[in-house]
Amino acid sequence: MLKFIFRRLVLEALPTLLVLVTVTFFLIRLAPGGPFSTEAAMPPEVMAAVAAKYRLDQPVWQQYLGYLADLARGDFGPSFKYKDFTVNDLVWAAAPASFRLGLFAFVIAVIVGVAAGVTAALRQNTWIDYSVMGVAMIGVVLPNFVLAPALALVFAIWLKWLPAGGWEGGKLMYVVLPVAVLCQHYISVIARITRGSMIEVLGSPYIRTARAKGLPTGYILRRHALKPALLPVISYLGPAFVGIITGSVVVESFFGIPGIGQLFVNGALNRDYPMVLGLTILIGALTIFFNAVVDILYGVIDPRIRL
Amino acid sequence: MRMPQRLALITAAVACLPGVFAAEVPPGTQLHPVQEIVRGNGTEPATLDPNKAEGRPESSLALEMFEGLVSPDINGNVVPGVAEKWESLEGGRAWRFTLRSNARWSDGSPVTAHDFEYAFKRMVDPKTASQYAWYLGKASNVKNGTAIVEGKVPPSELGVKALDDRHLLITLEQPVAYLVATLAHGSLMPVPRKVIEKYGDRWTEPGKMVSNGAYKLAERVVNERIVMVRNPMYWNNAKTVIDKVTFLPIVNQSAEYQRYRANGLDMTADGGVPPEQLKQIRREIPSELVTWPQLGTYFYAFNFRKKPFDDVRVRKALSLALQREVIAEKLVGTGETPAYSLTPPNAAGYVPVVHEWQRWTQAQRENEARRLLAEAGFTKTRPLRFELLYNTNENHKKIALAAAWMWRRIGPVEVVLVNQEWKSFLDSRARGEFEVCRYSWVADYNEPSTMLDLFHSKHGSNDSKYNNPRYDAIMEQAKVTSDANDRARLYQDAERILAQDFPLANVYHYSVRRLIKPWVKGYGRDPEGRILTRDLYILAH
Repeated sequence: MLKFIFRRLVLEALPTLLVLVTVTFFLIRLAPGGPFSTEAAMPPEVMAAVAAKYRLDQPVWQQYLGYLADLARGDFGPSFKYKDFTVNDLVWAAAPASFRLGLFAFVIAVIVGVAAGVTAALRQNTWIDYSVMGVAMIGVVLPNFVLAPALALVFAIWLKWLPAGGWEGGKLMYVVLPVAVLCQHYISVIARITRGSMIEVLGSPYIRTARAKGLPTGYILRRHALKPALLPVISYLGPAFVGIITGSVVVESFFGIPGIGQLFVNGALNRDYPMVLGLTILIGALTIFFNAVVDILYGVIDPRIRL
Repeated sequence: MRMPQRLALITAAVACLPGVFAAEVPPGTQLHPVQEIVRGNGTEPATLDPNKAEGRPESSLALEMFEGLVSPDINGNVVPGVAEKWESLEGGRAWRFTLRSNARWSDGSPVTAHDFEYAFKRMVDPKTASQYAWYLGKASNVKNGTAIVEGKVPPSELGVKALDDRHLLITLEQPVAYLVATLAHGSLMPVPRKVIEKYGDRWTEPGKMVSNGAYKLAERVVNERIVMVRNPMYWNNAKTVIDKVTFLPIVNQSAEYQRYRANGLDMTADGGVPPEQLKQIRREIPSELVTWPQLGTYFYAFNFRKKPFDDVRVRKALSLALQREVIAEKLVGTGETPAYSLTPPNAAGYVPVVHEWQRWTQAQRENEARRLLAEAGFTKTRPLRFELLYNTNENHKKIALAAAWMWRRIGPVEVVLVNQEWKSFLDSRARGEFEVCRYSWVADYNEPSTMLDLFHSKHGSNDSKYNNPRYDAIMEQAKVTSDANDRARLYQDAERILAQDFPLANVYHYSVRRLIKPWVKGYGRDPEGRILTRDLYILAH
């Protein structure tokens, strides 16, 4: 197991990350418009001074090597847009909000999604199944930028139960609506995957055998069906977890949450190269890490994989 | 250094201009027990360091926390700030400012002329990499301002010198009559040298930052809020009413609107009126939509490097065809006014010109446009085909569609609308990769030159590449003309040339537009759109 972890996290992850950094570094520089292009163009001399301050006056390969050297020391560089901060400062400050929001949404999505999926599978082709899957379908197609203002309208403006936005360090009142918006999509996807895989498992010979032995449904479900049925869900959850905790652009910008999603979108729009690079590396690293975790979990849950 | 006696004292100017300054609460007003306000700021500021300000989001916050030599009153007039009076010397080639003795930093130390000298030199220093480094040289004409930016002389040679703690001498390259107007700019604030030298780039953090304005920084969460509290050391603190102000950097206008409707916000950012919700606003909260004319113009520019836009007949025809009233009043409809000149009519020191074609009816304009287009050789078999470039935005799209329809009315005109994301758009425009392109130009200070200089052949943002030596000469002449009437006449001449050469088709003048709760009072109608919290108060509600 240790050998496996070492191989996944060191031998495979580091080269993957290096490729990611390299591609992103050059790709973002290909985007038209620079970090310092503005409506009122700066005189060339001012532009040169700004470029010199951020090493943009050097040849690109030199910038690249300089960036790698900084990166090796854990320094993601200064933000081109938010001049009072480094990328490290900003990401460090934004991560807790996204993480808190994402974790809440993730836990709710897993519990509700799995429960709904299992229920639908057990009552396959009944009205329960149809209504659960109908609601899930709406959840898959309903975009956040529609749901967020709709919920804010109902709960903040009409009913005045909850604030329409803000974060206040993640107080419960401020978390409810963003979590509701963020988790609905994941609930739907998890419910659909769980249902599909559960139906497949319930139809497999060993479940039939268990039924034939006269075991009660609840017991079969807990003991024999749930684990294999959750395998596809778990492989979805790895990348989904990274996606959900590294911030939703729409939810964060609509509700004014100071998280990573806002940093990312502003970074891209402002051509804040170090910010985009830093966040790409962070999200890349988390994705690699959680995919490895999923693989390990697979082994734990399904003995066939260990063989 | 003592002021040399031989300097001729030409005008002993100003001080104590009338104008509302600080909150003027009418007697008998019932104030709310809690004087706190939450305001939109449009977007997260790039920095809280005033010398590095890039635009509105930064300079509006700088003006809350800092005070320059001069300051805008509620209607945008320039009134004394830290300087209590000033006088021009040597025929306007030098200006001496006398600072008030009771101006203090938030740490209690006095604000001195040395602080201004330090701040101005810091701003032009290429090492600071300020995006407004050019301003003191190009807009204010301070001696060596441009040469320092170009790296030809060291920042120490800037024409700004503290004569003693209370007197600042600003020397110019040439006399500039409107110097004082340019000094109200948000980037020209004094900064605390000791604090900056101690903390470097981190001096703007809460707990470290020291400022000299009505408010001081209390808390900052990037992309969530910036909280400021009253600065008890501010010289006019007794006249400040609001104790705490929170700025929310909400980019998404619909989100800002929802927060406003849920009472999470007392005032949206300038421009914070989402067009999609305009009907609802007019129906449900019409009195909370507050608008007034702004110093800024929305227009289309023609690229002189692309045929057939080198032909004045084509440019003129397209400009005449635009139904400006329809666009300003019907399509946009939040207090914008149709534009026939680049300079907005409310700019200080400007007497609007009425062009001959402006008096014509729309039908007459369209007839003339048809004639011009035919004369330029465009027919059904050889239509005028071009691309109209704008940055991606629903409002710009609506206007572009309307313009394309208006152009089709005057003959064989085929317009392809091209939209690009903001930075890509700026890049295309700067590289001249456009035929006709959307522009907006908003004043840096209240004086026509901030608008008209754009079409000077040497201006960095003149992406049309319009080049008329006569126009350049007029703008250079205006700069050194001290008589206000003569200057106004020159600006009129400049507008007349633009209305002959048509490097642009003016569309509308912007409006300042915000949603403001009825209990917020004290603001005026600053044409530059500033509403400073120090002037506000909250009614009981």
